[in-house]
Amino acid sequence: MTTAAIPTTRKAGRKPASMAQALTSALRDAMTDDPTVHVMGEDVGSLGGVFRITDGLAKEFGEERCTDTPLAEAGILGTAIGMAMYGLRPVVEMQFDAFAYPAFEQLISHVSRMRNRTRGAMPMPLTIRIPYGGGIGGVEHHSDSSEAYYMATPGLHVVTPATVADAYGLLRASIASDDPVVFLEPKRLYWSKADWSPEQPEQVAPIGRAVVRRTGRSASLITYGPSVPVCLEAAEAARSEGWDLEVVDLRSLVPFDDETVCASVRRTGRAVVVHESTGFGGPGGEIAARITERCFHYLEAPVLRVAGFDLPYPPPMLERHHLPGVDRVLDAVARLQWEADWTSEPGRGGAERLAGGAH
Amino acid sequence: MTVLEQPGSYRPTPPPAWRPRTDPAPLLPDAEPYRLLGTDAVADADPGLLLRLYAELVRGRRYNAQATALTRQGRLAVYPSSTGQEACEIAAGLALADQDWLFPSYRDTLAVIARGVDPVEALTLLRGDWHTGYDPGEHRVAPLCTPLATQLPHAVGLAHAARLKGDDVVALAMVGDGGTSEGDFHEALNFAAVWQAPVVFLVQNNGFAISVPLAKQTAAPSLAHKSVGYGIPGRLVDGNDAVAMHEVLTGAVERARAGGGPTLIEAVTYRVEAHTNADDATRYRTDAEVEAWRAHDPIDLLERELRSRGLLTDDVTTEARDAAERMAARLRERMNADAALDPMDMFAHVYAEKTSQLQEQAAQLRAELDAELDAEEER
Repeated sequence: MTTAAIPTTRKAGRKPASMAQALTSALRDAMTDDPTVHVMGEDVGSLGGVFRITDGLAKEFGEERCTDTPLAEAGILGTAIGMAMYGLRPVVEMQFDAFAYPAFEQLISHVSRMRNRTRGAMPMPLTIRIPYGGGIGGVEHHSDSSEAYYMATPGLHVVTPATVADAYGLLRASIASDDPVVFLEPKRLYWSKADWSPEQPEQVAPIGRAVVRRTGRSASLITYGPSVPVCLEAAEAARSEGWDLEVVDLRSLVPFDDETVCASVRRTGRAVVVHESTGFGGPGGEIAARITERCFHYLEAPVLRVAGFDLPYPPPMLERHHLPGVDRVLDAVARLQWEADWTSEPGRGGAERLAGGAH
Repeated sequence: MTVLEQPGSYRPTPPPAWRPRTDPAPLLPDAEPYRLLGTDAVADADPGLLLRLYAELVRGRRYNAQATALTRQGRLAVYPSSTGQEACEIAAGLALADQDWLFPSYRDTLAVIARGVDPVEALTLLRGDWHTGYDPGEHRVAPLCTPLATQLPHAVGLAHAARLKGDDVVALAMVGDGGTSEGDFHEALNFAAVWQAPVVFLVQNNGFAISVPLAKQTAAPSLAHKSVGYGIPGRLVDGNDAVAMHEVLTGAVERARAGGGPTLIEAVTYRVEAHTNADDATRYRTDAEVEAWRAHDPIDLLERELRSRGLLTDDVTTEARDAAERMAARLRERMNADAALDPMDMFAHVYAEKTSQLQEQAAQLRAELDAELDAEEER
């Protein structure tokens, strides 16, 4: 998989920083600002995490605030719940996407609903960091995109950054949130770089706001996390075909930013949802349904989905055939019924028929 | 290579990293459940404590009976009775200091109210009007937990957090025999031991996980023996002996408070009634077994002790029974009032702030409720 550089504004005194470095900065700054922030998980201490995101934190803040736990995901999250009940803000690391599954019961039966079941008396200010998604050649159980499971659980926020600046800003916002946040880290973007400085972190919109990464008039690519660079590259490539594509980076899957997404689709009249997760029962189905419910009369074509195939994540030597790449995105764009003559078909909608009418 | 070249020179040595971490002997539970009532060892027991335990047991039994009756009347969705297990419940409620935390399971309402929680609020979950009726922070009682053993790691985390903050807090976590088979039981004990967290784990072994007997639940010598694998001391207690329960629990709490780390206590007891009103206990156990346990009733055992000491006067029994009746009457009266529910509350506590999606849905329900009101007014 190739990843396009995400455009950033170059500012004086900045040099390239990776998403991994921005995440480490976010953790360090959060721990400095708030003594109740505790980082915990398997290997987060002297090793600094298998992706080195917690590098140096145990040395700087002590093992009591950056704790190597026994290897047990339910235990890690379960004890973090108790710590949050006592007023701490735990930041839990699940080492890989599929390793988080043993903690599912704690997440769904307790983390997500503690505020609700206690009528607001007991909020759960904890952040669950999960490296997710494929494209790094990981063996089985190291490349899942499990966001649909988390999205289906009321009470959780689900966010995923695609840029270095967002990685910092969204992680700070997640740790500061009084609600639990599943913070999905697109692991193949860990080493993507941008001009960014921890001394001048950009202001990031609060959790729940999507952002238009590239404006365009022909169609909207609705995407998030690891698929954002893919869509940006596809949009560049599409110019030669005469398509001017808009790219919307959701950043937050829950809460969902209907406003930004619908505004984009109403402008362009066409939408493709792009993600690595499986299509059937995946996030794209929900997103496509929302767009259809809210923007039906603006649509020139059905909302299409470009997703991973509906199969268990394949072995690394085959993953390039599974992951939605630039070509597959462009194929979907080509299928957006560019040639259809809507005005000649009675009983069908379409922006041209509605032009001038009340939308 | 060397071995092959020099036959007979090879002497096996232990793996270099090997060292025993902990001497298992002090961790092992006794062969028999610890008992005090009816033995010479009870002689030192404080008469005031005995009388307090007696009054609480009588009140607890009456609470169980009243709540079961309310279930039959449709006032409670379900009630898992702890009749026969009152000694465990009361001892757990009394073993903690004010600042300590209790992590109860769904059957542990008696321990919850012994901590001072309003008896009606303790039934909120089972009544069905909300999930948790009380503020957990107010009495340091976690919500009644329905998934098995999942509250145990919470207790470990809370006790660990309190210790990190330098606070003198112990957590007591309650679980049933079936819950010891869950992964969270294992993970909680392991975390507690590694962190030396001030936690006491109380297993009420009442013989059955709904219908599955202990023999089909575990092959361990006892549930208390499970502690040894974690490096935690295990204690085996007669769960129907309120004085023994009180002593062992209080000792474990004080040990945790003093920095001694966690303890696992197995209380051997029996669930005299069915799992809940939805269960038919005659399908999986005999009357003879139940009768044998009725002959080992926790209130009877304590009464005999009080009688042998001349402490069980008519005044004592009358006062205990009257207090229990007053509690039951108040409970009946308050539970027979319909709960005042605002359906809009469903949306109030999902997130700190409603998402736009929840705002839309709340508006939809508001409109539906208004339409219902209008329709009623027209009628």
